[in-house]
Amino acid sequence: MSIFEYNGSALVAMVGKNCFAIASDRRLGVQLQTIATDFQRISKIHDRLFLGLSGLATDAQTLYQRLLFRHKLYQLREERDMKPETFANLVSALLYEKRFGPYFCQPVIAGLGDEDKPFICTMDSIGAKELAKDFVVAGTASESLYGACESMFKEDMEPEELFETVSQALLSSVDRDCLSGWGGHVYVVTPTEVKERILKGRMD
Amino acid sequence: MECVFGLVGNGFAIVAADTSAVHSILVHKSNEDKIMILDSHKLIAASGESGDRVQFTEYIQKNVALYQFRNGIPLTTAAAANFTRGELATALRKNPYFVNILLAGYDKETGPSLYYIDYIATLHKVDKGAFGYGSYFSLSMMDRHYHSGMTVEEAIDLVDKCIMEIRSRLVVAPPNFVIKIVDKDGAREYAWRESVKDVAVASA
Repeated sequence: MSIFEYNGSALVAMVGKNCFAIASDRRLGVQLQTIATDFQRISKIHDRLFLGLSGLATDAQTLYQRLLFRHKLYQLREERDMKPETFANLVSALLYEKRFGPYFCQPVIAGLGDEDKPFICTMDSIGAKELAKDFVVAGTASESLYGACESMFKEDMEPEELFETVSQALLSSVDRDCLSGWGGHVYVVTPTEVKERILKGRMD
Repeated sequence: MECVFGLVGNGFAIVAADTSAVHSILVHKSNEDKIMILDSHKLIAASGESGDRVQFTEYIQKNVALYQFRNGIPLTTAAAANFTRGELATALRKNPYFVNILLAGYDKETGPSLYYIDYIATLHKVDKGAFGYGSYFSLSMMDRHYHSGMTVEEAIDLVDKCIMEIRSRLVVAPPNFVIKIVDKDGAREYAWRESVKDVAVASA
């Protein structure tokens, strides 16, 4: 079994009209065994920037701690929050530093940039950025997620419709993947508020 | 074949571990205590490579004591768990410790808690957790019978059910178990469950 499939994960981020949604599954497993059904894969960096980390859970935790530290230092020096584009560059640089002994993670970054323009991107475990205008996916269920998102996505969705689309795409994809699932965690972020919702899907 | 499991009840946390020290097909002793009392209100139940287990848990115990000497107050359970994870994560890509840990503690402000820390430094706060081949049986028993806010009697009953299951269904089941509890009155040994007693050594 691949090291990326040791813990199991599913992540998706989608762009809407002046908003974005980022969603993950909730399973933490050790190969075939499920350890917990309330694992947080998405973390808030600041009010308008969220980071999801799929792949090996220990590296996701280490990477999150390092990135949070770097962002706090940035806030002290610059006296402002990091832009999503800048943060994506930081993540990419941190991952490439370990080019020949990498972190086994695939991050998904979603944020609101200048003029509230939504920004999403993903990268591989050595920091190769993949910017997208519509959606990005990561994790063991990524192939299913690509298909589900491609068919369900529409341009300029309002937050409520975006939430429905992301939720349906996530749940239908993790249902086809034994290593991810046990519900979903969805964040819908607009310039004025962040809505966090927990989904109940097939609990297996 | 090492079995470690634990759960959180109403104002207490309980951990149980088998007590056999095994090398290949030989059982060196069957009264090896694998649950270390970290400080007055914390227990660390460890399973894995025996040298690493003893060395690593003693290292954590001494560092927790050092913090208390330096700062005059003890570490919270969450802080101790994160420290342990940090040490495992730092060592992971240099000289990994093959030790799986269940850290149980009681804090005045937050009550009892149980942390699952596996050997590759994945940290998660859980209500019930287990390691080893025995986990296939004890986790299922706990999934069936556990509910939040159990009394000590109910929890011990569940622990005994898990031990019975391990004894009857695991092919190389360890004969003896030790149970330790931590609550507002501190961390202490609760009971042993022995089915094979070590023969006493005749004095010279």
